Amino acid sequence: MTDPRHLAGHAGWLTPNPPHQVDFVPTSLTRAPTGVDTFDTERMVLNMGPQHPSTHGVLRLLIEMDGEEVVAAEAVAGYLHRGIEKLAEHRRYNAVGTLMDRGDYMSGIHNELAFALAAEKLMEVEVPRRAQWLRVLMSEINRIASHLVWYGTFGLDTGAMGQFLYAVRDREVLLDILEDVTGQRMMFNYVRPGGVVADITTSAVDKIQAFLATIDMYLDEHDALLGGNEIFQARTRGIGVLDKETATAFGLTGANLRASGLGFDVRRDRPYAAYDEMRFSVPVAEEGDCYARYLVRMGELRQAVAMVRQCIDGLPEGEHTAKVAKVLRPPAGEAYAAVESPRGELGVHLVSDGTEHPYRMRYRPPALYALQAAEAILPGTMIADVVVILGSVDVVLGEIDR
Amino acid sequence: MSPLLIVVLRVLAAVGLLLLNGVVLIYMLRKVLGRLHLRLGPTELGPAGMFQTMADVVKLLTKEDATPGSVDRVLYFLAPAIVFVPSLAAYAAIPFSNKIVAADLDMGLLFTFAILSLMPLGIFAAGWASYNKWSLLGSMRSIAQQVSYEVPLLLAALPPVMIAGSMNLGDIVRAQHGSVWFIIPCLPAFVFFLIAGLIESNQTPFDLSEAESELVAGFATEYSSMKFGLLFLSEFSNVFIFAALMVTLFLGGWSLPFVDPGLLAGIGAPIIFLVKTYLVIFVFMWIRGTLPRVRIDQLLAIGWKFLLPATLLWIVITGVAIKTGQGLFGGGS
Repeated sequence: MTDPRHLAGHAGWLTPNPPHQVDFVPTSLTRAPTGVDTFDTERMVLNMGPQHPSTHGVLRLLIEMDGEEVVAAEAVAGYLHRGIEKLAEHRRYNAVGTLMDRGDYMSGIHNELAFALAAEKLMEVEVPRRAQWLRVLMSEINRIASHLVWYGTFGLDTGAMGQFLYAVRDREVLLDILEDVTGQRMMFNYVRPGGVVADITTSAVDKIQAFLATIDMYLDEHDALLGGNEIFQARTRGIGVLDKETATAFGLTGANLRASGLGFDVRRDRPYAAYDEMRFSVPVAEEGDCYARYLVRMGELRQAVAMVRQCIDGLPEGEHTAKVAKVLRPPAGEAYAAVESPRGELGVHLVSDGTEHPYRMRYRPPALYALQAAEAILPGTMIADVVVILGSVDVVLGEIDR
Repeated sequence: MSPLLIVVLRVLAAVGLLLLNGVVLIYMLRKVLGRLHLRLGPTELGPAGMFQTMADVVKLLTKEDATPGSVDRVLYFLAPAIVFVPSLAAYAAIPFSNKIVAADLDMGLLFTFAILSLMPLGIFAAGWASYNKWSLLGSMRSIAQQVSYEVPLLLAALPPVMIAGSMNLGDIVRAQHGSVWFIIPCLPAFVFFLIAGLIESNQTPFDLSEAESELVAGFATEYSSMKFGLLFLSEFSNVFIFAALMVTLFLGGWSLPFVDPGLLAGIGAPIIFLVKTYLVIFVFMWIRGTLPRVRIDQLLAIGWKFLLPATLLWIVITGVAIKTGQGLFGGGS
């Protein structure tokens, strides 16, 4: 990965060779592409992205290729940098949620929740039990929506176009539910310090019931159509293997880590919201290849559905938010809170100086580490594997660039 | 009218019909893929969106024909023609009925394959001349893929030829009148031909030379306007040719089982032929809407390690069967 310092501040953009310029050449690839062998062939440096169908947004990859084989690869991120961390220093605590939504735009609820948890730790607020359950419910609905997009785009990456449209059929229902409860389809600003902003509506409960009635059948269908396909298995089995050592060295979390045989899940091991009251298992696979990541995510989808069921059946009565001041002024100090987002451990480290704005907010994007791990295993694969590996680790550039 | 004028008019009519066929196929693809993908496909223009592809053709014809600065101009202009002309010429030997065949060649099958083997040349020229790395990768794949699969394709087409005792496509169909469709004695050859045909006509799961999730648009990346239109149309034209070959070689051509060929003379035979061909194309599209794409090394491995030995083995089996059981297949010579 190119020097990521420009992601943290403005300094990188002031250099004479800023990474967003077309003729930007990262230092590791400045040597002339040579690779002369007996056939007198030359290597080719391929610029993949930021406008490429399979780079999941605005990722740019520089790939040095020997025929169809990747010799060296380098990811260039930063095209979607909006300075969320810096902007948060000028927002009141209740308004930071709108920024967090735009980080990992596939799972806004998790981002908001991470910030809210950190702020609550600073303020030492007791969150009502119903609010905790609503947070779990919305988190899991959002997780299903996010994983469905991953499933669909992974299908597209391997060339199966239908999967994407089948996945967005189901996701559409979920977005309707989220819109019903939060008023927005993707940028919710729903979870706030102290609780959630609105209680669940009866129409949303009906929609969730209708969704639960069909989703198991659809998930079986997805599993059979993509996971059971021999071509898909040939494309993903043994491809992009991340072993335990690499996974831990790169700080992988979430499904990517669990596909490498390490069963760490923030929801189970450091429970937040109402996850200590939920019954769920953590799917783990040993192989660490793209197919293992596929299996783990599909397992997570089923666990998430099970948790949505539990939440709907056992939602406790009570308030949906604690009594908190209109303008929050947490006492000076720092706090770190992490949630299990669809991409892994999403953390927010918050420093308060006692004013109404955070003094500093640090946003830990799990996809950034996944991208670096993926980048490290690209050499030696083929160009068609590159898109499959990138699809399998599920990167969201909004989160990486922040 | 002078004889020359009549010939020119005939050629124009044939080309016009073939272009119309391409337009209909594109509409069909959009509708079939749409239904497979839980969408509707085109709906706005004309009844059930029928005129959408016509509108697209008009759009392609009137769009600015942008030529990138660093292309090899001669090849860049020539390539769409090199791709498109064989895809039209290959129709010549295909019999639509007992009478409707442009060129009733004794070596009809060989002629079709020979003409089609010009296509990779055009695709390679397109990729090479575009001066684009994605185009180059796409055309390299196309060469590797199409050259490797011409062998198994031709070998898979041989068992029907052996049974019919002729390379004339019309004779092969007539041989199926008297006995059974050749799909019954040659089912494995039919499957091999289907696989090789999908690969040769660049269809999913073997559409590697324009794999949009990997190579943006492959060899066609730098083409715009009607040059792109020709590349696009030739792909559909190819699909039709391979489907028509499958119908001719294995599915009885313009005939129907248990129906006297005399009854189908005139308009009946070509309609039956077209319906069969479109059904085969529907299967192609069904596959396209469902399956993921294979990788280039896997594709070549299928060809050399499985398809080639399997087709050879099936030829041997067919030959032995014909020799030992003379007359078993009716039309045997």
